[in-house]
Amino acid sequence: MSTEKSAWRKAFEWHEARLPIVSWLDHSLGTKYPVPRNLNYWWNFGSLAMFMLAVMIFTGIFLAMNYTPHVTLAFDSVEHIMRDVNYGWLIRYMHANGASFFFIVVYIHILRGMYYGSYKTPREVLWWIGLLIYLAMMATGFLGYVLPWGQMSFWGATVITSFFSAVPGVGHAIVTFLWGGFSVDNPTLNRFFSLHYLLPFVIVGLIFLHVWALHVPGANNPLGIDAAPADKIPFFPYYVMKDVFGLGVFVVIYFIAVFWFPNALGEPDNYIKANPMQTPPHIVPEWYYLPFYAILRSIPNKLLGVIGMFSSILIMFGLPWLDTSRVRSATFRPVFRVFFIIWLLDVLMLGWVGSQVPEGLPLILGPIGTVWYFLHFLVILPVVGWLETPKPLPVSISQSVLQAAE
Amino acid sequence: MKKIILAATAVVTLSVPSMLSAAEGVEIPKEEWTFNGVLGGYDRAQLQRGFQVYKEVCSACHSLNYISFRNFEALGYSEDQVKSLAAQYEVEDGPNDAGDMFKRKAKPSDRLPKPFANEQLARASNGGQLPPDLSLITKAREGGPDYVYHLLTGYEQPPAGFVMNPGSNYNKYFPGHQIAMAKQINDGTVTYADGSSNDAAHIAKDVTAFLMWAAEPKLEVRHSTGLRVTLYALIFAVLAYLSKRRMWKNIPH
Repeated sequence: MSTEKSAWRKAFEWHEARLPIVSWLDHSLGTKYPVPRNLNYWWNFGSLAMFMLAVMIFTGIFLAMNYTPHVTLAFDSVEHIMRDVNYGWLIRYMHANGASFFFIVVYIHILRGMYYGSYKTPREVLWWIGLLIYLAMMATGFLGYVLPWGQMSFWGATVITSFFSAVPGVGHAIVTFLWGGFSVDNPTLNRFFSLHYLLPFVIVGLIFLHVWALHVPGANNPLGIDAAPADKIPFFPYYVMKDVFGLGVFVVIYFIAVFWFPNALGEPDNYIKANPMQTPPHIVPEWYYLPFYAILRSIPNKLLGVIGMFSSILIMFGLPWLDTSRVRSATFRPVFRVFFIIWLLDVLMLGWVGSQVPEGLPLILGPIGTVWYFLHFLVILPVVGWLETPKPLPVSISQSVLQAAE
Repeated sequence: MKKIILAATAVVTLSVPSMLSAAEGVEIPKEEWTFNGVLGGYDRAQLQRGFQVYKEVCSACHSLNYISFRNFEALGYSEDQVKSLAAQYEVEDGPNDAGDMFKRKAKPSDRLPKPFANEQLARASNGGQLPPDLSLITKAREGGPDYVYHLLTGYEQPPAGFVMNPGSNYNKYFPGHQIAMAKQINDGTVTYADGSSNDAAHIAKDVTAFLMWAAEPKLEVRHSTGLRVTLYALIFAVLAYLSKRRMWKNIPH
């Protein structure tokens, strides 16, 4: 009797023999995926980013059911969602604030990778795919911000698409092509809506590649040394439970924003319907673009400014080689650690500069911050890697963990 | 061409001063509002008074495009009161079977009638300036309801040497200080049926609360839902933490 398999078990095995999807999941995020035991809470943000993508897609689908991508109706349809659609206000505020929280989570995820050297060999491709996800997010966020067709939507779209006019010779042709006309107008709104719906699914595909590339070498860890089998524990249940706890804390903060400060991260001007005849006095992009916007404005030449802005992100692709140290974790790199914090403060300062009217102090700090940003990657990182003497690395994760426990 | 000139004038008169004010940074004092706070909501009597102010004062020039009569049930009016309120207004409908547009009494499902048929007429009647729609005004200005309240009560004599453009009024809180709208709210501008104080400060406060409701009609359900959802998430997080701790107890990490 005891060896007799239940009908359910037989059906399950029949299916697994034909499509082993449960085994695949078990290897991907289950009991067959070994993870270093010493991950700290900074490692929670990858799963949080996945959660936010799911929230964005889910709320976005319901918004799209009630939204009208037409210049005369878009703004009104958003107000219709806010006022007449059942719980439309909740769906929209979750989506609008969700974008910001998605970026917060992804920024922390990226910074964690930079601090603990997760981009270093053998995880370069994993790092690249992550950057591609980030670029796709930037594009998706920009496209989505245009859809409510408020003043900042319209003028943000005008300013950002105009970047491409800096391309010598064909710049204006490119801009006309992007707009689908000679100004930001209905064809622009229509294609932005279409692409805003498309790109998240591109991100989903990239996340599959990202997780795949993660599974080849396995996760990095706060010590940055390779993990032996004895140093690892299965992802399920240990890290699933830890991620669930992190998710609980995260959603509390997210809900506080959604339910009590839903417009704190938005621009009041975007509650004014787009008016091509009236430029707002101060056009600012969403907060998550501000450091790059500051770099753009800090370079007096338009073409060089655009190149500088794009380079500030593209330079990240070279990070695995610009950082010449073979020690991954900043825990053992006292000099790198100081420069990492200075770089982080530099980026925060650039973000502030990007939000300000370009006069006075921001006009001075912008170029300084921009120079430092590139200096960090092109000079400081390679030189520190060569000259720095890292602290001695522990022999193994288990040894380090057990020492700490004593 | 005329429109372009008008727009250009609007850009110059509206945007240049606001750049100035961004630099000057006039501090907008914070006010006490019933809708602030974790479970903050609206005072129905105040909303009704505010609606009276809108009806008797603001609606002469300012539209409230996203509000229908049916929405006023949220102010504490009964269905019948809303019906009779709507019936005080006439709206255009049609075309009828003969192909003609006709006037009829408004129904609760109708939007509030606009004071001007179109933007051009609104501008022509207001010295070239367009009185903004008020449906979202408390969300569409830096400072929100605090700004709206102080704008309404912020009319002053211009400081010595301040050169005023013709047709503008000095306002402490308006970006650039020169606003086309003249001071509208004075002590006793409206008389309330419930005998509430009708000095300028109270009137401005009431109408601002009403406009906040117009911009955020779902604020109360947002706060109450938020509290339940957030408490649920908080309990979830605590239980998840306890489970996690128990699960990891024998795993050195």
